[in-house]
Amino acid sequence: MSVTGAPRPHRPWKGLGRPRGQPSSEARAAYAPFLWLAVFFLVPFLLVAKLSLSDVVLAIPPYAPRLDWSRGLGGVIAFVRALDFEAYARMGQDGLYLAAYLSSLKFAAVATVILLLVGYPLAYGMTRCRPSVRQALLMAVILPFWTSFLIRVYAWIAILKPAGLLNMALAQIGLPPVDILNTDTAVYIGLVYAYLPFMVLPLYAVLERQEAGLLEAAADLGCTPFQSFWRVTFPLSLPGVAAGALLCFIPMVGEFVIPDLLGGSGTLMLGKTIWTEFFSNRDWPAASAVAIVLLATLVIPILLFQRQQTKMMEQR
Amino acid sequence: MRRGPSAFNIAAIVLGMGFLYLPIALLVIYSFNESRLVTVWGGFSTRWYVSLFQNEQLLAAAWVTLRVAFVSATLATILGTLAALGLVRAGRFRGRTLFSSMTYAPLVMPEVILGLSLLLLFVAVGVARGFWTVMIAHTTLTLCYATVVVQARLVSFDEALEEAARDLGAPPWKAFALVTLPNIAPAVAAAWMLAFTLSLDDLVIASFTSGPGATTLPIRIYSAVRLGVSPEINAISTLLIGLVATGVIAVYLLSMRRRTAAP
Repeated sequence: MSVTGAPRPHRPWKGLGRPRGQPSSEARAAYAPFLWLAVFFLVPFLLVAKLSLSDVVLAIPPYAPRLDWSRGLGGVIAFVRALDFEAYARMGQDGLYLAAYLSSLKFAAVATVILLLVGYPLAYGMTRCRPSVRQALLMAVILPFWTSFLIRVYAWIAILKPAGLLNMALAQIGLPPVDILNTDTAVYIGLVYAYLPFMVLPLYAVLERQEAGLLEAAADLGCTPFQSFWRVTFPLSLPGVAAGALLCFIPMVGEFVIPDLLGGSGTLMLGKTIWTEFFSNRDWPAASAVAIVLLATLVIPILLFQRQQTKMMEQR
Repeated sequence: MRRGPSAFNIAAIVLGMGFLYLPIALLVIYSFNESRLVTVWGGFSTRWYVSLFQNEQLLAAAWVTLRVAFVSATLATILGTLAALGLVRAGRFRGRTLFSSMTYAPLVMPEVILGLSLLLLFVAVGVARGFWTVMIAHTTLTLCYATVVVQARLVSFDEALEEAARDLGAPPWKAFALVTLPNIAPAVAAAWMLAFTLSLDDLVIASFTSGPGATTLPIRIYSAVRLGVSPEINAISTLLIGLVATGVIAVYLLSMRRRTAAP
């Protein structure tokens, strides 16, 4: 970039003046994070995949065979020979894994629907307020997202436990106590509570951008308020619905803290299964195999989410 | 013409906000409870805060957590800003799709998978788990959030300004530091804050990647919570919430003032 050289080409022909094959300084800026993610995000996944094919043994680290790179091709061949997909086979035979898998998907799907039902009216109501009020409400929705997830889940234990605040309140108004803690209901409450900001923010973003003129036009054409909502506002907000649903659904399938703290011993979820296999049973291959299956299930939703994220960033 | 909120809108807002804040409010109120029984109000007291500061295990964990959060947030913000620059400005380069997939995936990836995979890396390389492994793990997680935050701001920033600086003879790094960076500074600050609080909060990834010497606060809180509700945990939770809320509101007000000061 010499001072006396020809002026830099302006957009949209940006980069044309560069010799072919030479990355721009911006592309070079991305080398460091690229390298970081390759080493600490991509490589670890390959390790999980590899480990899921190993057998569990009583040793440190507790798995075998280990791929021995120092033996070169011979090591690789020995590793492939020893493959028997034992961890996956055990998963197939043990009905508990399948039950955990299905129940994770169920928890995440049902909670996503409840989140939409709770989050949509909230996001919609927010966009109808005056701009100054809107800002304050937006801040109020974002704030819990910043405060600790663990603490917010913990707060529900004091409310839901048998001698907890909810039952105290129920007793005050003369209603019989309910036993919610350590049940699936508590897990749903926790999921909806913890993920509500993730649902409201994308919904709010699309609803806020909608032009008021559209509703006016609908009203002029004789729509009742409900009709114009259902036939104009809602269809136009579908990208936000999709973004919110993906943003909540994907991490909820692998959720650990909520089912562990609020759920009971019968609450099965894959995140909890991985944790137990790893920490309690010290069965690393099984934990890895469950992780791979979980990941394979989520690949399509994750790709959808990424496409949407990229599209949203480029639209602005 | 936008009509004001209807009764239904107001009800949705009130119920939604009540749902979001009631549990937190109760937790804060009961942290000032004299009684050890969490549900019995025994009068106002700050005794749990006092006993908190005598709990050396908890203080040690808090110190580890703050150090991890500070180092990893700083590193993640630097890397995230560079990544955002690459994604927004570099146009098409080889490996762009892989790169953008890698930056967005950890946003939604279940934490259990991230934690497990990083642990396997550390075991394979043979490093002892402790401060540095948690720090690296948190940087990997929060780097992605930092990227998204900075990217959102960078998209709306007019690149022509930096190009003008370069045309006037500034080397690329100088044009960036003097023109672009001051403009995206609020987003960079927000990215750092977000990375810091995410690291402060994280239980799952830290559990996989930390060693005996580096027990973080969420790990301590988690093991205490498994034994049941205690007023001491309420007190430390209140402190954490207060810390984060103050920081977030401060950054928000700062960015608001900047926006109104500029035309």
